[in-house]
Amino acid sequence: MTGSIAAPPLPDGLVVVVKRECATCALVEPLLPHLHGALADGESLTVFTQDDPAFPSTVPAVHDADLAVSWHHAVETVPTLIRVRDGAEVERTIGWSAADWRRITGISSLGEGLPATRPGCGSMSVDPDKVDALRARFTGSSVRSRTVAIAGGEDEHEAMFARGWTDGLPVVPPTRERVLRMLTGTVRAPSDVVAVAPPDLVELTVEKVAINAVMAGCLPEHLPWVIAALEAACTDAFNMHGVLATTMPVGPVIVCNGPGTRAVGMNSGINALGQGNRANSSIGRAVQLTIRNVGGGRPGEIDRATHGNPGKLSFCFAEDEAGSPFDPLSVARGVPAGRDAVTVFAGEGPRCVVDQLARTPEELAATYAACLRTVHHPKLIIGFDALLVVSPDHGRLFADAGWDRARLVAELNARLALPGSELIRGANGMAEGIPEGFKDLPSLPKFREGGLLVAFAGGGAGLFSTIVAGWANGNLGSDPVTREVRP
Amino acid sequence: MELLDPTNESRPATRPLRERPASLDGLTVGLLDISKPRGDVFLGRIAHLLEQRGARIVRYTKPTFSKPAPVDLRHEIATTCNVVIEALAD
Repeated sequence: MTGSIAAPPLPDGLVVVVKRECATCALVEPLLPHLHGALADGESLTVFTQDDPAFPSTVPAVHDADLAVSWHHAVETVPTLIRVRDGAEVERTIGWSAADWRRITGISSLGEGLPATRPGCGSMSVDPDKVDALRARFTGSSVRSRTVAIAGGEDEHEAMFARGWTDGLPVVPPTRERVLRMLTGTVRAPSDVVAVAPPDLVELTVEKVAINAVMAGCLPEHLPWVIAALEAACTDAFNMHGVLATTMPVGPVIVCNGPGTRAVGMNSGINALGQGNRANSSIGRAVQLTIRNVGGGRPGEIDRATHGNPGKLSFCFAEDEAGSPFDPLSVARGVPAGRDAVTVFAGEGPRCVVDQLARTPEELAATYAACLRTVHHPKLIIGFDALLVVSPDHGRLFADAGWDRARLVAELNARLALPGSELIRGANGMAEGIPEGFKDLPSLPKFREGGLLVAFAGGGAGLFSTIVAGWANGNLGSDPVTREVRP
Repeated sequence: MELLDPTNESRPATRPLRERPASLDGLTVGLLDISKPRGDVFLGRIAHLLEQRGARIVRYTKPTFSKPAPVDLRHEIATTCNVVIEALAD
């Protein structure tokens, strides 16, 4: 992120940043007058002190009271010794290292009698209690959003509810400090446009995503996942407008893959599709809040869902790639192995498939097929996709038998095919069904080619798996979309 | 406390509704089928009834009910028709 206030220039010569509270700074205090001997004509020794303007006592010092010098020159440790030539830093060392200080100053006898090295102390500019305020002060104008002032006597949570900013649950107040901290989670500029957000078709900036990610409870390391999921959802293929506007109970279901899922603390194990994990819950929630607040998609307005489903608060989980008998979903969808990626799927709430007696993959496939047949209606075919989430206890059967993803999907499709006469309108006493004209076709598939997605998640015991039924697919509705997560 | 606005900060333009025409006689009525099943049946009946009242009918179809009408289609309807009826059916 680019600072909005230009860094104060450092004078040519030697620059030292210290604070009294640091024992290593006290150690080098007697050496500082000797540094004058290392200066060429036109160069100077400049000592910046962070805490006590009277320190060091051995040379005059400039009080870096607002820590602007320390912040802008990325001083993380004191003492820091910097060599500046022609206005540019050419070398620096941190803490006390006799070898480094002698090399940079050219004074071979500097610090004789001192230990060879001593680690420095934390710079005040990276003090956890100060860093957010400093970031806001020095880079604050890099965010452009309107400021909303909440009066001292006003409850900020009630104020946010009243403005319609929440999903019905409390949100974290998006202060400038919090938003700037969130923005440290990406290398992208706040003004970068992530996508055009439906339904209002407005340009969605990294900054607006960050604000909503703060509200959702995300950590900075979650932000790239939120951005990738929004990039995927706001495509013509995924058709977020339609997913919102439909009367069916669907929302973006986010399946996350790659080593980053563990790095940011996502859950792929026990209760992976449920509550209790901050990354899972807040990433999915941030996507929904962004669509609500930036896209303008609110229930009862553009969102016309008859029932909706609780997953529209957040529905996001990671695949258990290490335990899976299958290749990762992202890899099956074209992302190279080992990369972080999200797949968005327009799905309804999860439904449990129980089979505690199957001991062969064929038996379990028969159970899966019988349950998958009921997706939206047992007589409706091809028009809806589904996501099958296989559990560890069920997955073991496929692993032991050597069934990969392609084999499982092929076995399911074979068991799901039915003749047209079973599916036409009126058959089996049900008006719903496919048109009469398909009556004589001997075999029709339940799912279109590629319409059955398989993921692996869950943990602990349980001979159960889960089905997430999709929405109208293809050009008529939504296709699953996979995007790599980038920093 | 100061918060950053999480919304798109836009204020949609509000335009007053046009007066209802007193009569459809001689007006061009656009009928937009959003491609829901049997919407065409419903609009076919509407077209028949309106033509009896002297309206000129122009039929349009959205590619799919699940996405907004393309900009070009909206422009064509706006520049061709005096009145438009959009049908949702199932």
